[in-house]
Amino acid sequence: MSFLKTKDLTFEYIRRDDEGNVESVVTAVDNVNLDVHEGQFIAILGHNGSGKSTLAKHINAILYPTEGAVFVDGMDTKDKEKLWDIRQRAGMVFQNPDNQIIGQVVEEDVGFGPENMGVPTAEIWSRVEESLRAVGMYEYRKNSPNRLSGGQKQRVAIAGVLAMHPKCIVLDEPTAMLDPNGRQEVIRAVRGLNEVEGITLILITHYMEEIVHAHRVFVMDKGRIVMDGTPREIFSQVDKLRELRLDVPQVTMLAHELRKKGVDIPEGILTRKEFISEIKKLYGKVY
Amino acid sequence: MIKDITLGQFYQTDSVIHRLDARVKLGGTFLFLISLFMFRNPFGYALAIVFLAMVIRLSNVPFKYMVRGMKSIIFILAITVLFNLFMTPGNVIVSIWKLKITDAGLKNSIIMILRLSLLVTGSSVMTLTTTPNNLTDGLEKMMGGLKKIKVPVHEIAMMMSIALRFIPILAQETDKIMKAQMARGADFESKKLTKRIKALIPVLVPLFVSAFRRANDLAMAMEARCYRGGEGRTKMKPLIYADRDFIAYGVLILYFVVSVFVGRLKIMNF
Repeated sequence: MSFLKTKDLTFEYIRRDDEGNVESVVTAVDNVNLDVHEGQFIAILGHNGSGKSTLAKHINAILYPTEGAVFVDGMDTKDKEKLWDIRQRAGMVFQNPDNQIIGQVVEEDVGFGPENMGVPTAEIWSRVEESLRAVGMYEYRKNSPNRLSGGQKQRVAIAGVLAMHPKCIVLDEPTAMLDPNGRQEVIRAVRGLNEVEGITLILITHYMEEIVHAHRVFVMDKGRIVMDGTPREIFSQVDKLRELRLDVPQVTMLAHELRKKGVDIPEGILTRKEFISEIKKLYGKVY
Repeated sequence: MIKDITLGQFYQTDSVIHRLDARVKLGGTFLFLISLFMFRNPFGYALAIVFLAMVIRLSNVPFKYMVRGMKSIIFILAITVLFNLFMTPGNVIVSIWKLKITDAGLKNSIIMILRLSLLVTGSSVMTLTTTPNNLTDGLEKMMGGLKKIKVPVHEIAMMMSIALRFIPILAQETDKIMKAQMARGADFESKKLTKRIKALIPVLVPLFVSAFRRANDLAMAMEARCYRGGEGRTKMKPLIYADRDFIAYGVLILYFVVSVFVGRLKIMNF
């Protein structure tokens, strides 16, 4: 079933001078058509300024389309009466973990969403416990968020969204401010949510390693979707990605370069394991 | 250095006083403060001291923490005492050169010392035994009646708790900015006051810019999590009175009535 649909979505940032005359118009999202099914893990790639964050903010009805329309679970985001339903169903995790934690204690922060929705007290507690367990932060429930590492804070933020029982979580560069360990922690936690709980994931990132397991990848440039396919399909086009100023994972790059030098290795290798098995196929055991 | 700021100076331990509802403690502190200004004789103060000592005992907070609060007012205390001691007209007891100490002055200064120190210790019992969060919750609940005259009580309480959450974050950021400026030769330890104040400008400007940016981000994150003001909101930790809270109210009212009655008897009046 289709969960998210955008129809010719266009968004313009309009800058006006003091008299209200239009000074400049920047088209951040340009004619985007997306169709995301329930339970999918979608990745949106793009370098800075490609419009991927702007696109993400449309899914949570923080921004509204200048032209076109966005439908979340069948509801038009322009429909003011459905606003809170949309925000509950499509939760959002932002880049900076410090700026999205409201509570002074971990459990209080996770309870913030359900409190706003008017969930009864007893149920808030059970939701908080289940969400914190799902991201592996239950033993930190009494801690102050200030004492946690970046990865832990981001997992708390994810639990905070999870406690609202969303169908979909939009993650807007959740790992951009984290170290490699924290990055892995967060990606592992959200992948678990997708695989175990069947929550639709929309991951916005510019780290290639994070999208290897996605079901579908969209690459954005200048507000448009320029590539669309499985990670393997995307990563087989190394030269095109480079043109868009995007990196590919190291092994993919290595395979690509080897292929250029005449080694008969397929394009679009995603993991180290795959690479090793391909090499073994070619040369047998080499000692 | 700046990181060590603690606000609300909450002392973590378990006691009857800690477990009391924040509203009881707020109301109790208020009653206690009022009672201090109604006494006309020493017996009232004696009762207040005994009562406060019992509460401190029950709170399991070491006495030295209470005294710590006193340190901050020692300067004010000294000035009030000096003024009262030498400036009150009355019968002269001691006179040194041009300065005269009168009996009324002596009495006034003793009352001042008693009042101020009881005032500060009394309110620090409250802040030491209540978490800042609990305190804002209690305030929100108690001020609930003001909503009818359109005072945004929920919003004020929300702002207070967000401010408390961001104090350590902004303090850390100040630290970072200062270090960055120091690495580029800024001098924060100059002996000249004007120079030191000037050196603060390049710290404050980026701090403000980043605080606004954070506020913007936070507002967006709150809206994304369905925040829409206090209406229709439930509480994860609602304030509910337990039996001990009613007993505490009883004890407080009893203290108030008795101490004011005794404190206003016409014996040994000031």
